[in-house]
Amino acid sequence: MKFSIQINEGPYQHQASDSAYQFAKAAIAAGHEIFRVFFYHDGVNNASRFTMPPQDDRNVINQWAELDIKNADGEPELVVCIAAALRRGMLDESEASKNGIEGNNIHPAFRISGLGQLIEAGIQSDRLVVFGD
Amino acid sequence: MLHTVNKSSFERNSLQSCLNTIDNTSVILLIEDGVISAANNANSPMLADLASQGRVYALKGDVDARGISSKVADNIQLVDYAGFVDLVVEHGTPVSWV
Repeated sequence: MKFSIQINEGPYQHQASDSAYQFAKAAIAAGHEIFRVFFYHDGVNNASRFTMPPQDDRNVINQWAELDIKNADGEPELVVCIAAALRRGMLDESEASKNGIEGNNIHPAFRISGLGQLIEAGIQSDRLVVFGD
Repeated sequence: MLHTVNKSSFERNSLQSCLNTIDNTSVILLIEDGVISAANNANSPMLADLASQGRVYALKGDVDARGISSKVADNIQLVDYAGFVDLVVEHGTPVSWV
């Protein structure tokens, strides 16, 4: 079965990203497909490549990156909402240069895109599961 | 339909809103702080009634993490993440009460 996941809460804030990750892992282990993970609202903070938790703590961002969710064209299907991201200072290379800002912080396993991607995930997937506050 | 509740009923009224809304075929899965409501002293007669019909589940990892494994109310069924996935497969896209 095709699953998509929506995450509305940042990492280390409460539990949404961890729960969603455990759910995604269990779904994959059961032979299901994760079509897309959509990071919305404060959930966009799950995509920061500058995240540096203490060594004895899990790295929520790398955990997502290691799941390596991609489509048939090899593009990441860890999708960050562009409006929510730009508001919170989360930029990829193209958005940074477009806005004349030096540096960018979106992890390469993620990509920035629009809300249409969430709607599409809802249409294309058999199930859409929401985690958040 | 499957409903997930992720906040304790001592913190928010999302469980009560869920209980007031669901139809008589729905099932509830308590996750994260929502599992606090699975404790046998959480006092929700409506939840207990649903549990007696086998319609209430709680995520085991979250129950264990909060130290209430020995206090889970009668008839509430514990599931792991694989069980969570199975519930979503069986009942369809869940309503997430947050």
